[in-house]
Amino acid sequence: MSSFSAQQLIDFVYAEARMLDEQRFEEWLDLFTDDGHYWMPLMPGQTDPRLQCSLLYEDKLLLRVRIERLGGQRTFSQQPRSRCHHLLQAPTIESADAARGVWTLRTAFHYVETRLDQQNLFVGWCTHDLVAVNGALRIQTKRVDLVNCDAAFGNINLFM
Amino acid sequence: MAALVRDTEVHKALYVDQQVFELEMEHLFANTWVYVGHASQIPNKGDYYTTTVGTQPVVMVRHTDDSVQVLYNRCPHKGVKVAGEGCGNTGKFFRCPYHAWTFKTDGSLLSMPLRKGYDNTGFEHCEAQHGMAKVGAVREYREFVFCRLNPQGESFEDYFGESLSTIDNMVDRSPVGKLEVAGGVLRYMHNCNWKMLVDNQTDTCHPMVAHESSAGTAVKVWNEAPAGTPKPMAVELFAPFVSPYEFFEKMGIRVWQNGHGHTGVSDSIHAEYSPAPGYWEQMVEAYGETRAKEILGDVRHNTVYWPNIMVKGPVQTLRLFKPIAANRTLVESWTFRLVGAPDLLLERTLMYNRLINAPTSVVGHDDLEMYERAQEGLHARGRDWVNVARLFDEAERDQRNAVTNGTNEWQMRNQFRAWLKYMTASMPEATK
Repeated sequence: MSSFSAQQLIDFVYAEARMLDEQRFEEWLDLFTDDGHYWMPLMPGQTDPRLQCSLLYEDKLLLRVRIERLGGQRTFSQQPRSRCHHLLQAPTIESADAARGVWTLRTAFHYVETRLDQQNLFVGWCTHDLVAVNGALRIQTKRVDLVNCDAAFGNINLFM
Repeated sequence: MAALVRDTEVHKALYVDQQVFELEMEHLFANTWVYVGHASQIPNKGDYYTTTVGTQPVVMVRHTDDSVQVLYNRCPHKGVKVAGEGCGNTGKFFRCPYHAWTFKTDGSLLSMPLRKGYDNTGFEHCEAQHGMAKVGAVREYREFVFCRLNPQGESFEDYFGESLSTIDNMVDRSPVGKLEVAGGVLRYMHNCNWKMLVDNQTDTCHPMVAHESSAGTAVKVWNEAPAGTPKPMAVELFAPFVSPYEFFEKMGIRVWQNGHGHTGVSDSIHAEYSPAPGYWEQMVEAYGETRAKEILGDVRHNTVYWPNIMVKGPVQTLRLFKPIAANRTLVESWTFRLVGAPDLLLERTLMYNRLINAPTSVVGHDDLEMYERAQEGLHARGRDWVNVARLFDEAERDQRNAVTNGTNEWQMRNQFRAWLKYMTASMPEATK
């Protein structure tokens, strides 16, 4: 079973955010396990993504739809494209089980998404459930809890 | 007012003019029966839920006699909203947090501190002595609560007529004939006029164009999946959006009176969902095979209850278009559990809501981009009218409960006729 240092785990989270800021979405999608999920709960402390509504609960297929759509010729809501910026607090390792190859990291963030003259700030915490797959770290679940997850939002176009 | 609505065109002022918006709030939203909430949100005595009717703050509350009351959420003393935002239980009475005046859950004034200070002040002639005001009329239909702000006006039955059959169908889809609000509400802010959303609900000529980017991409990605992969629920929900014009033409539109109507008469984009194991047997047990088939075979697409909700029976969602200003609308998308039915159906309902109605929804993004472009584009000079002419026929004016081609804009015209009717119903003659 592969072993990762604390710094490697933390660097993974930074690198993941940077991929999003640089819109390297194909590479980003490859970070997920085949049955991985990206989850944005609708309620604080939500535990159920199935029988409680979420802002997003997407598997790789749905994430791929999102990514392909962003560059589509007839994706008018992304002409011009959105841009984003992550500002992360240092991730903390919440749990580590090297024997099973699973780790959980928590990272506070400020995220800005812009399009045209509009700039929106979103604030919250990311939780990464990471696993080792063939010697590399992969995302089993990335959970994004916005501090105001139940507020009324306009469009959220990219990934936090 | 009458000059703003023609047979096949409506003036842009309906969308961009803030004065028209204020008149809508004063007249249209006071003369119509407007959705307030669902009785399952307030099951116990003292349970309350705050919301708006038009732009009016109201509180829906379960009174001590178990009736559902709808009160203006305004203390008669200094104007404070008595019930806090959201929902809760207030016990036997509301207590204003500012000066501790209290009100029974039917709004009547119960007590106030320093009561003697009002002796010999003529307080008995003040409106404040009547407590929190009730809205004009309240009606609960199969647990859906509607109100009319004006005390006088059209009856609930005359207003809705046969259109209530969509609510019936949604409720009947529960083997015990009961719905519960479940899963949480999605709230999506739109910088556009509320009517753009209402118009869009029966606009069957936009999905294959505007949603090519989202549903079209979903189909494309799915087609690249290895052969034999089971079709995911998400693809099942997305794919029908990009059906060709012929499909939408054939599925039909039913137009009722007073602005109500629905798409999807003989078929719809909700017709081909995979069955939930065990559900059919439950329905047959509850209703018998013939009736169960009838209930589940009615796959209505979008039902508009004028002025500002849309109900999807086969998906168990209700969208509420809350007007805030001429150019601002809060869209709330509510979901229901079919009591007694398998959880898989609620799971699908919630997935549908998330994929289509969330501020993170790619389908939502497609639509909002169009609404916001229209909100800005309508300010352009040189063209003053919005066109709703497709398949117009003069004979349609006198018809009610008619079924027509699914790409007919008759339902939109129906809405604008209702707009004019309820805008002017309480206006002095000269301003009509």
